[in-house]
Amino acid sequence: MNAKIYVTLKTEVLDPQGDAVRRSLASLGFERVKAARVGKLIELKLDETDRTEAERAVRRMCEQLLANPVIEDFRFELEPSS
Amino acid sequence: MKIAVLRFPGSNADWDALHAARDVLGADAAYVFHKDTHLDGADAVIVPGGYAYGDYLRPGAIARFSPIVPALVAFAEAGGPVLGICNGFQILTELGVLPGALTRNAHLRFECRDIHVRVEARGPFTDVARGTVLRLPVAHADGRYQCAAETLRELEARGQIALRYCGPQGEPAESDPWLDPNGSVGHIAGVYNRAGNVLGLMPHPERAAEAALGNDDGLTLFRSLRRHLGAAS
Repeated sequence: MNAKIYVTLKTEVLDPQGDAVRRSLASLGFERVKAARVGKLIELKLDETDRTEAERAVRRMCEQLLANPVIEDFRFELEPSS
Repeated sequence: MKIAVLRFPGSNADWDALHAARDVLGADAAYVFHKDTHLDGADAVIVPGGYAYGDYLRPGAIARFSPIVPALVAFAEAGGPVLGICNGFQILTELGVLPGALTRNAHLRFECRDIHVRVEARGPFTDVARGTVLRLPVAHADGRYQCAAETLRELEARGQIALRYCGPQGEPAESDPWLDPNGSVGHIAGVYNRAGNVLGLMPHPERAAEAALGNDDGLTLFRSLRRHLGAAS
């Protein structure tokens, strides 16, 4: 399985990078961008074919290391490796 | 009084901390390398500033896998005084030894200048300076203290907020956006753990510990530690 993990700041945590991106886009003329949030994409190749096992493992990886639960949320997608 | 100064790959204020503790304060201070597994009978531990493990993933996140960390956590849990400065503060929050997290400065700038903090909490590092305003240097890009609203209420109620950014005369940081260098919640510059023996702070007291270098306000934290441990030890 391959995992794509998205780590983002919690909505209540100020994201100054996202705000800078929004303002930069506005200065390029993209004034209809109302908000921007910047996060991280982490890609993993897993030696695991069972989706349930992979999901359980990735969730634990996120909780224990990949995201900081004080300030960040995470979500992930799994797809069979080709 | 024996002080251990931890060294991680990427620490860069370790020498400043050792110099302040050993040469200025006069303590028996020595480095402990991150690959060591014990603290050599230290009475206090300093986790210095820098960029441990290149700040990969998040500042402080990878340092927790260093061999020395179990000894550090055990020392902190046993009530031993621990001072985490800048990246050391980030490491201690990532370890869960201190509450909250340090995030990118609100204005996205690396802030390298003198700021002022009001010393509010009792504790081994702050009893001498409590109630005073200190001028200390900061040097960080990720110093914006964040925590859940409930955690903030607890920190306030338990007197864990050690330092807050303020003006030179103690003016509240609300009066001028320049006074708080990173936009921390509650203008928090340093917090104690619940037990009150671990302090993390973003400013660098070890870089302002000698009159010969123009400022010794930071030495008060080290003098407080010496008083706490007792001059005899």
